[in-house]
Amino acid sequence: MSPSHDRPLSPHLQVYKLHTKIAPLLSIAHRLTGVALAFLGTLFLIYWLGAAAYGPEAFATAQAIFSSPLGILMLFGWTVVLFYHLANGVRHLVWDTGCQVSNEGVRRTAYMMMGSVLGLTVLAWVIGLIVAL
Amino acid sequence: MSNNSRSMQSALGRARGLGAAKADAVGHWSAQRITAVALVPLALWFVFAGVIGNIDSDHAAFRAWIAQPINATLMMLFIFTSFHHGALGMIVVLEDYVHAPAAKHITIMLAKMAAAAGGLFCAISVLTLALGG
Repeated sequence: MSPSHDRPLSPHLQVYKLHTKIAPLLSIAHRLTGVALAFLGTLFLIYWLGAAAYGPEAFATAQAIFSSPLGILMLFGWTVVLFYHLANGVRHLVWDTGCQVSNEGVRRTAYMMMGSVLGLTVLAWVIGLIVAL
Repeated sequence: MSNNSRSMQSALGRARGLGAAKADAVGHWSAQRITAVALVPLALWFVFAGVIGNIDSDHAAFRAWIAQPINATLMMLFIFTSFHHGALGMIVVLEDYVHAPAAKHITIMLAKMAAAAGGLFCAISVLTLALGG
């Protein structure tokens, strides 16, 4: 059965002023980070574990790639994207219980979520640099 | 009643399967939430213990780490839960944005196959490292 074109199709990306409102921007960012993790995050995992399984030479190459400047930049982006999807996912789980479902709740949890992303990213890279140096 | 040949069917029977998600929407919804809850500790463990804990690891050190039963178990749980969660998320995104029925069903099928193959490869890699000779 083909979709009926006089019915609305969800979700709409063109009809909202995404650039002037923070809540819908954070909402679509949850999807974008999720898709990025599903495409690129899984490729990192497949390559890293696969290289280890294929032996010392392949694993040394993988570790060298991830510790190169471009590799560190990719890993930094990965931590931000992962922590965003994780913290905003917890926000969604809170909404699923019926709590914080209000304009004020959306605003308040948005600040808590962005603070968590910043805190987790800083924590991961401070610990990472201490371990590596 | 418009269709006399189906008059023996209950109202619920006629309505079932006609919604936007067609089948098992509640199962999909709850599976997405259950995997999300499980991934909160598993993803944090993966970043801080798995990745940061192995920043400097050579092949022997990484193998010794993943050969510990607790690490192998958590890594397998992380693999299955994250690939399952990723496939569920990609299915929702494809259902929302790919409107042509054939393209939608084919891309959803490919997303499921890719998640199964990627997850299996990661799991086999962990088993090779942890159990291989």
